[in-house]
Amino acid sequence: MFKLGSLTTTLLGISLIAFFAIRLVPGDPVVLMIGERGADPEQYREAVTRLGLDKPVLWQYTSFLGRAVQGDLGTSISSGREVSTELLARWPATLELGAAALLLAVLVGVPIGVVAAIYRDTLIDRLLTACSLAGYSTPNFWLGLLLILLFSVALNLLPVSGRLDTAFDVSNVTGFMLVDTLLPAARARYGLFAFYSALHHLVLPTVTMATIPIAVFARMTRASMVEVLSEDYILAARARGLSPVRIIGLHALRNALLPIIVVIGLHFLNVAIAGAIMTETIFGWPGIGSYIVSSVYARDYPVIQGSILVIGVVVILTNGAVDVLSRLANPRMR
Amino acid sequence: MQMFNTIKLSKGGMSLGLVSSGVIVLLVLSFLVPLVVDLDPYRLSDNLRASIGLWNGSGPVLGTDDLGRDVLARLVYGARNSVGIGLAVVLVSMSVGVPLGLFAGVYGGWIDKIIMRVTGILMTLPNILLAIVIVSVLGAGLLTAMCAATVVAIPGFIHIVRSISALEMKRQYVHAARTSGDSTLRILWTEVLPNCWVPIVAQATLGFGAAILNIAALDFLGLGAKPPMAEWGAMLADARPFIESNPNLIVLPGLSLAATILGFTLLGDSLQQWLNPRTGVHQ
Repeated sequence: MFKLGSLTTTLLGISLIAFFAIRLVPGDPVVLMIGERGADPEQYREAVTRLGLDKPVLWQYTSFLGRAVQGDLGTSISSGREVSTELLARWPATLELGAAALLLAVLVGVPIGVVAAIYRDTLIDRLLTACSLAGYSTPNFWLGLLLILLFSVALNLLPVSGRLDTAFDVSNVTGFMLVDTLLPAARARYGLFAFYSALHHLVLPTVTMATIPIAVFARMTRASMVEVLSEDYILAARARGLSPVRIIGLHALRNALLPIIVVIGLHFLNVAIAGAIMTETIFGWPGIGSYIVSSVYARDYPVIQGSILVIGVVVILTNGAVDVLSRLANPRMR
Repeated sequence: MQMFNTIKLSKGGMSLGLVSSGVIVLLVLSFLVPLVVDLDPYRLSDNLRASIGLWNGSGPVLGTDDLGRDVLARLVYGARNSVGIGLAVVLVSMSVGVPLGLFAGVYGGWIDKIIMRVTGILMTLPNILLAIVIVSVLGAGLLTAMCAATVVAIPGFIHIVRSISALEMKRQYVHAARTSGDSTLRILWTEVLPNCWVPIVAQATLGFGAAILNIAALDFLGLGAKPPMAEWGAMLADARPFIESNPNLIVLPGLSLAATILGFTLLGDSLQQWLNPRTGVHQ
């Protein structure tokens, strides 16, 4: 039932990419891993033994894998802190943005698809289809800049970057700003103002990141709905004189949504991480995406290596979980 | 981008086709216009401060950028560069992906398993992340950005060609060719490949838009084309500090980029729909 073997090989493949990518970079791998500053002879020798660079490549790889499994992803060159700690500290920001974007994409995308399917081949359908295609083709980094231009520069309604107004000093408990600002300590100091500020900061990045998923979900929902609406049991329900709302809400939507849920699960994480890289960079959102980009600028290879590994694992596990869930939800697939 | 292929071509498809052909006409014009009109995307204006901004009745029609360069000229040359880059990326990824897909589909067995497993690994990481990683390994620059966009585009070709050729291998005419003594390689060349051409063209069209988008994203992050090259993604990045004073520097390159991607998405989409067996137009 669970494609454990294929998951494991994919995981090994990702770890191979992460491990060997650094060895393809021109230059001394020791200097790449500890940085130019830490390259005095003693630290150099220490790093060679610590990283096992004097041992065979296979040994190096297995020890890299062993350390990664234990959560040791090495040390960041620029900050000197553990890569795993740094990544862990940034996940909540990315997850918060991703969850908000997913919510928006489902709330907007699915109804658009349903409406387009009901009014199939009419002007409404064509208009919605054209809109979703336009949304799909808009580069998200440009859309982010346009939103800043409109809502921040021209209308002065929403903030350009960050997660919270600098006037607020909210302690980082969960890492999710929307939760942290609602905790008793923050409530006692600022009431709900800090929460509103966090919400304000979330709007533009969320819209930027949700646009492509909205288009994808809308077209998926439309296709699935069109197929379901042509089924015999819909005709039967219509013949029994049920109201259109009942037919669509109770009979059609339920069956049409199952394949969409799988698509949402499969594509969302991919879209979310891909979107996070550009969106977080534009809006100065302190998540995984902007962290990866700044690490690329800083040539901080341990961080790049660790990020590939962690994102690979997360994507693979999500795909596996979605696979299992869809099989459980749909007996025919078992 | 293949996720759009399950929708039947509506009557609106005609107007969508017009949009896409309009974009392509514009791209062709971008090659012809500089032959007729004097456009220089790199010439700096003598008086920088006076030259920033919109058209004031004389001078460049779309105004100039922060270095006093003609925005229209940069947009036109950006189109030329995008087309060239997109074409190179698509041709290289196609010439790698198509043979691999054919081998996987025609030979099956362990060849298929290995090729598909490696493709699956490449497809696990999001495209832009994989591209950024490749650029960080090879070093930033237009050529490495193009390499990254190429690697990212290969799995799409492998997948489409493999699925079609695996289907074709079960057809009667392939059995007939085999019975008459043709080698597998000959069957691959004379029977299977001709049936893959149209889907390959559809995939290439979609890939063209995706390549332009990926390159623009890398340029925007400063990992691709180096200044002063006229490139839409790099133009957007250069214009960011002037978002308040000169919004047209943000709007125009992005609009060109979005329109081009939309055009190729529509074209590839309608090609795929036309071929989709479910719509019954073809096959």
